[in-house]
Amino acid sequence: MIGTALDILTGLAAEILHLALMLAVAPLLIGCIRTLKARLLGRIGPPVMQPWRDLIRLARKQPVLAENASFLFAAAPAIGFAATLAAAALVPSFALGMSTAAVSDLLVIAGLLALGRCTLALAGMDVGTAFGGIGASREMTFAVFAEPALILVIFTLMLLAGTTNLDGVAGVLREGSVGLRASLGLAMIAMLAVALSENARIPVDDPATHLELSMGREAMVLEYSGRDLALIEGTAALKLLLWFTLIGTVFFPFALATPDAGLLAWPLGIVAWAAKTAVLAIALACFETAVARMRMFRVPEFLGIALLFGLLAAVFLFVNAGFATGGG
Amino acid sequence: MTDPILPLLAGVVAALFALGLFAAIAPGRAMRIVPLASAGLCAFAAVLAAIGLLAGGRMQTLDIPLGLPGTAMRLGLDGLSGFFLLLLFAVATAASLYAHEPHGTEDRHALACFPVFIGAMALALIAGDGFSLVFGFELMALASWATVLARHEEAGVGDAALLYIGMVVFAAVCLIAAFALLAPPDAAIVSGLRFAAIRAAMPPEGWRAGLVLALVLFGAGSQAGLAPLHVWLPLAHPAAPSHVSALMSGAMTKVALYVIIRVLFDLCGPAQPLWWGVPLILMGAASAVLGALRANTEADIKAVLAASTVENVGLIAIGIGVAMIARAADLPSLAALALGGAMLHAANHGVFKTLLFLCAGAAQHGGGSRVLARLGGLIHRMPVTTACVLVGSLGLAALPPGSGFASAWMLLQSVLAGPRIGGLALQILFAITAALMAMAAALAAAAAVRLIGVGFLGRPRTPRVAAAEEAGPMARRAMIGLAIASCLLGLLPGPVLRLAGPALRVLAGSSVADRAGTLVVAPGTGLPGYAAPAIAVILGLALAATLLVLRRFTRPGHRRGPAWACGFAAAPPWLPFGDPLTQYGGASFSQPLRRALGTSLLHAREQIDMPRPGETRPAGFSVTLRDPAAVYVFAPLGRLHGVIANLADRMQPLTIRRALGVMFAALVLFLAVIALLEAI
Repeated sequence: MIGTALDILTGLAAEILHLALMLAVAPLLIGCIRTLKARLLGRIGPPVMQPWRDLIRLARKQPVLAENASFLFAAAPAIGFAATLAAAALVPSFALGMSTAAVSDLLVIAGLLALGRCTLALAGMDVGTAFGGIGASREMTFAVFAEPALILVIFTLMLLAGTTNLDGVAGVLREGSVGLRASLGLAMIAMLAVALSENARIPVDDPATHLELSMGREAMVLEYSGRDLALIEGTAALKLLLWFTLIGTVFFPFALATPDAGLLAWPLGIVAWAAKTAVLAIALACFETAVARMRMFRVPEFLGIALLFGLLAAVFLFVNAGFATGGG
Repeated sequence: MTDPILPLLAGVVAALFALGLFAAIAPGRAMRIVPLASAGLCAFAAVLAAIGLLAGGRMQTLDIPLGLPGTAMRLGLDGLSGFFLLLLFAVATAASLYAHEPHGTEDRHALACFPVFIGAMALALIAGDGFSLVFGFELMALASWATVLARHEEAGVGDAALLYIGMVVFAAVCLIAAFALLAPPDAAIVSGLRFAAIRAAMPPEGWRAGLVLALVLFGAGSQAGLAPLHVWLPLAHPAAPSHVSALMSGAMTKVALYVIIRVLFDLCGPAQPLWWGVPLILMGAASAVLGALRANTEADIKAVLAASTVENVGLIAIGIGVAMIARAADLPSLAALALGGAMLHAANHGVFKTLLFLCAGAAQHGGGSRVLARLGGLIHRMPVTTACVLVGSLGLAALPPGSGFASAWMLLQSVLAGPRIGGLALQILFAITAALMAMAAALAAAAAVRLIGVGFLGRPRTPRVAAAEEAGPMARRAMIGLAIASCLLGLLPGPVLRLAGPALRVLAGSSVADRAGTLVVAPGTGLPGYAAPAIAVILGLALAATLLVLRRFTRPGHRRGPAWACGFAAAPPWLPFGDPLTQYGGASFSQPLRRALGTSLLHAREQIDMPRPGETRPAGFSVTLRDPAAVYVFAPLGRLHGVIANLADRMQPLTIRRALGVMFAALVLFLAVIALLEAI
């Protein structure tokens, strides 16, 4: 009885620490990537803390709403942020067995992110300006090609782990008893491509563009200002960290603290999480510096390749299992 | 003591038929009570069906001295029909309430057909023999066809009605033939059509089994809107009055799916081969993607909803197909998961699609048009309707914690677990199906954003829609009731699955009691699942925390100013809401999808007519879309029809002597065939 109560408390503590870390680190991550990219281009770049300062500055300002903006427009940033925060609560960063472990389903995480996306797309259409419509249309179109690739990655993970529960998947992959690593590699490539698209990064979209016609997501939220814009920027930062954490937890599950390892495993887990996130951030900065942005209509091809990799990952597993059972 | 539920339900059906007759002959003022009477009857029947299900969904039968000469009509009620009856009567109650609005009762013709339509659907569901099933099914299709035809003077409705009646007749031919093949060969004609007799007989094998499968898939599938027979649906469903469209999409397609489950799962017996589910999965996946894509290209809000019905029917068909394969592979737990997901999705879709059609009707009535390009900004004038559309769209886009997500989650889980059945070809089929389902879900989300964003948000595109009026009180009640039901279905999928329990135990051979908790739906015993209330609580907590932090640390309130849009000019006096063309419209929103997917899947072609410098004529741009089913299935059929008609035309100018000769020859041929068959 005391044991279960302690487990619940530990799970809750891990959850709170996890969320606090995610919220604190997300803007820092954006700052790191910006600084890294600037350095790679030979500029000094803004300080790492700049996104945090921007958020605080924006949050102090009252938003200006368009005259014909509806209640949906005013409510959308909070709903979008809450959906992303809820999804972030489900993705384990440094410890398994958080209090949300039982409900941390991969399909639910994808669904919550889609909820945030649809809310902001609707808000983009609300004022009735062309830029909002263009952004919303592009955002929803990219998702049409990203989701099938994502589902095939989940399919592969389901084949390996027998569940779509993220905590369960990470637990199985952490044991290292998974035979074929080639499938996981292919699935990871697909996942990375989906992550680039979902976070509106180069080559799908450019978060730093200042030309409205070339904007994707930025055009969608063009009407926002003040604390609403702070929420939206925060959502984008949190979403990027969420995807980094998701990729780290699924494909590099080492040093994740298990529930029975106790609190002592947490520091190691946190250090490992920071290291994984840093590696992914450096990789992203290098990739974005090296690669140009694609034409809008090339994006379906880019994500089609991700889809192909996802399918190959699943087929490799089928064939492998076929040989294993067919031989015996 | 006999159970009174089935006799009472039969009484409700009879009363609905009588109500239709009354509406046809009653004086104008008395006609106004028809929708309310229909709503009362439907609510009563919904309670009856729910009681029957909660009592365990025992099989009951009732013989009525009507029907084919010399025999009684057999009615039956079990868990499967009870589940679909509950869905039918629940949404029919709301649709009847909506019909009470003055614009719902002005057309006597459509009003008289409405209760008959509901009664016929109920008759198809409580049928206990092949005759009453086909009779109810065809009466249902004819009644809805008659309401479509009631508006024949509108453009395009005549063609839609013609196509629809063709499909109705086609469905009848297929289903009658299917039951003829199913009936035990040595039994009397009518008693042999009883479900009990069909179950007791040898299940069909070999070519007969394949033929039954094809006939049922084409017959019932054409009414459900399964590809490639879906072409009529986005034409005919929007043509009817909104409360009838709501029932056509929300309930009638479900009756067709019920017939598929009843015949293929129940009457054909459990010992069917593994490949039986494959055609259903293929047709379902094709319907899902094509329907969802067309939902992004249609210009009419009701056509968008009808195309999305094709998508959802496809998803349900995938679930039925996976369940059939799993049952053949002797995996009852997976079969129950897939069939449970299909039935749950049928219930969810029935409710949210009825809701959305009623909202579309309200928008059409209030805003004066149902074309996206003539709507916009309804959220300011019709807040209740828009809120209901938002709730319904949560289901349409399959977003958590809405109702569509729970069932889509179960269907996806069953497809993800499908590779356990084995066989490389089947496994790859499951992988591709999962990807197509995800694509359909994302397309549906894009369609939902387009529908709301263009139709209900933004600035008004016409003066008429700028002065739109909120829906009437009865319509609001119907929509709010359905919206609440949709929320409850989304938050509590477990209890709904338990209502499907009696049917799943009989059909899939596995109970859902272990996986359908009150709070959690899990793919198997002991596995973590989808806990809708927990997700809702996490979402609520996240929202509350966000709002709390905002309130505590930021400046409250906001200022209003002109829209920014990088220098948005003030509206000129002659266009008080700005030029509607500067907004994104339905066609522009779907342009990337039309180019990326539509070019190959829908034959999308763009014609740009650009005048040369100096010419004064306007530039032109037009897009043509052709559904592949229309090109490759319906157009050749139309040509075949022309050829046959030309052949038959040659008979026209025959002299009476020759005409009699042809008739005599036909009679001799007919007798000869019978004699030959007797000899065999």
